[in-house]
Amino acid sequence: MESLLSVKHVTTAFDTEHGKVTSTSDVSFDVKHGETLAIVGESGSGKSVTALSIMRLLGKNGHIAEGEVRLNGVDLAKLSDADMQKLRGNDVSMIFQEPMTALNPVLTIGYQLVEAIRLHMPLDKKEAKKLAIEMLTKVGIPQAERVIKQFPFALSGGMRQRVMIAMALVCKPKLLIADEPTTALDVTVQAQIIRLLHALCKEYDTAVMLITHDLGVVAEMADRVVVMYAGQVVETTDVYTLFEQPLHPYTVGLLNSIPSMDFDDKELQAIPGTIPSNYNALPGCRFANRCPLATEYCHSNKPELMDTGDGHLTRCFEWRKLQQGGHLQ
Amino acid sequence: MFGYILRRLLIAVPVLFGVTIINFIIMRMAPGNPIDMLVSPKLPDAAREAKAIELGLNDPVYMQYWNWLKNLVMHGDLGYSMYTSEPVVSMILERMGPTLILMGTALVLGLLIAIPLGILSATKQYSKLDYIFVTGSFLGISIPNFFLGLILVYVFAVQLNWLPSGGMKEVGADGGFGTLLMHMILPIIVLVANVAGRNIRYVRSSMLEILGQDYLRTARAKGLKEVFVVNRHALRNALIPIVTIIGLEIPILFGGAVVIEQIFSWPGIGQLTLSSIMNRDYSTLMGLNLVAAFVVIAANILTDIVYAFVDPRIRKSYVGGAK
Repeated sequence: MESLLSVKHVTTAFDTEHGKVTSTSDVSFDVKHGETLAIVGESGSGKSVTALSIMRLLGKNGHIAEGEVRLNGVDLAKLSDADMQKLRGNDVSMIFQEPMTALNPVLTIGYQLVEAIRLHMPLDKKEAKKLAIEMLTKVGIPQAERVIKQFPFALSGGMRQRVMIAMALVCKPKLLIADEPTTALDVTVQAQIIRLLHALCKEYDTAVMLITHDLGVVAEMADRVVVMYAGQVVETTDVYTLFEQPLHPYTVGLLNSIPSMDFDDKELQAIPGTIPSNYNALPGCRFANRCPLATEYCHSNKPELMDTGDGHLTRCFEWRKLQQGGHLQ
Repeated sequence: MFGYILRRLLIAVPVLFGVTIINFIIMRMAPGNPIDMLVSPKLPDAAREAKAIELGLNDPVYMQYWNWLKNLVMHGDLGYSMYTSEPVVSMILERMGPTLILMGTALVLGLLIAIPLGILSATKQYSKLDYIFVTGSFLGISIPNFFLGLILVYVFAVQLNWLPSGGMKEVGADGGFGTLLMHMILPIIVLVANVAGRNIRYVRSSMLEILGQDYLRTARAKGLKEVFVVNRHALRNALIPIVTIIGLEIPILFGGAVVIEQIFSWPGIGQLTLSSIMNRDYSTLMGLNLVAAFVVIAANILTDIVYAFVDPRIRKSYVGGAK
């Protein structure tokens, strides 16, 4: 089946005072119609930059330096600004990490929703308002007629994120990019929001590109997973294989760092070290300095994404060790 | 909201009186008095004394203030000028029109220039256009009003003879809208250079702060055109601090009139103030002080009201506070 979104060899660069800085390099993955793809990785691994590259919302200093982003076969990197605007919010929409600042504080909820609706649908103000109320009710906001007259400051973080979801899905986009949609919320609200997203996207047949560092959310929602590290994709597989048979030591480290409730005496596992800041200049594998399996060879040679069979890709020379030995530790 | 405004108005009354008391005391502490200005020093002391009694200057100072206040509150009367003997109210009213025309035009024109240029400067930060606007605004702020005024008079009135050097109309002529406009051009240029210069920087920095906000990314993610992102979503937020600054600028303009009106012989409040100070015209000065205090307080209350209109969070707190 033809992919809905196909990201191929995308390198995103920013112009800074110190010259051009490459943030992500050679990122490739596909999102199929109606599926949920999770992008996982720690802070600074390039997840958000990848998302903003697809939306072309990197700001004036950032741009896609190489590669292509195809949505239904159309290369977004080559679209004019005007054509890209028509696509945003209609074919592909986005929700953000921080609901407290994502809504304009001086415009009513209703205004912001109606604006989104009327940008892409031929409705008059009254019909758009009706649709806005319907949509707010759908995302679980009580007394929607009253809420559309309110300003964002009157709503809690969870409610605002529901408004963002309503706004993102109201035009029934083919793809929703959710950039850590629950990170800033209370734990009790997180589960509600994730279930709501999951249910609505299934109903609208909207594919989701879910960016998260919460593997619990991945297990709950995702069909397939892309693991990113230091601006690169290091592993791509379906969600079951990811938890059963990860083939990149970084993924293994991520899985091990999930706190366990079973044993009181088991220490919380962490991946030692941080992402090297000069990762573009490294001659070898970008994870080598933190990797328990790294050899001399890893430090001086750059691994490519390798197919280990069944479309399970990994960027590790030593993946066979993981396959044979099961989990590390 | 209504309750809030009412409260502000009620508080304004004692503030006004406080200002007049302080003004009265300071004025009377200053050296000189109206008698010296009115009567020839060659006249005998008896004649001076008679004039002083006539003007009530021999009463204790607190009695003089009390009489002034009584007249104001009971009859709405500000008394008569100690120098020209004209009623102070009519003198002020006569001068109010020209000042309002000049200052109002300068404020409106200044903002009409400053807001779009400030927005442009912010959205195109560090571009050539930005540098031109910022440099221009810096010049506008830095050049003193009187200096720019004198240069303009020298170039356009004295050398080129294109525009009149001062006044509101030709001597002896009736004057119409056209002549008024001609007379306004030079003082308006001076004032606008200042108002626009100051506000371009305010709008620019306020806009720059807003342009990095998350909600603008949300607006863009909806597919909104950049023009609307800037002018609908960003500007509404950027104007909130600007409103405060504009509110503060009204009294500044009012005070700035003193210099400008003197240079361009503009028959307004500023000129009247200066001549009243020269003549130690206590009664007129008290009237002018009252007007100035009123302008400051009114501008402040107006700012708060407009503030509530542009910022719903403030509106909410007013409604809450009024209960």
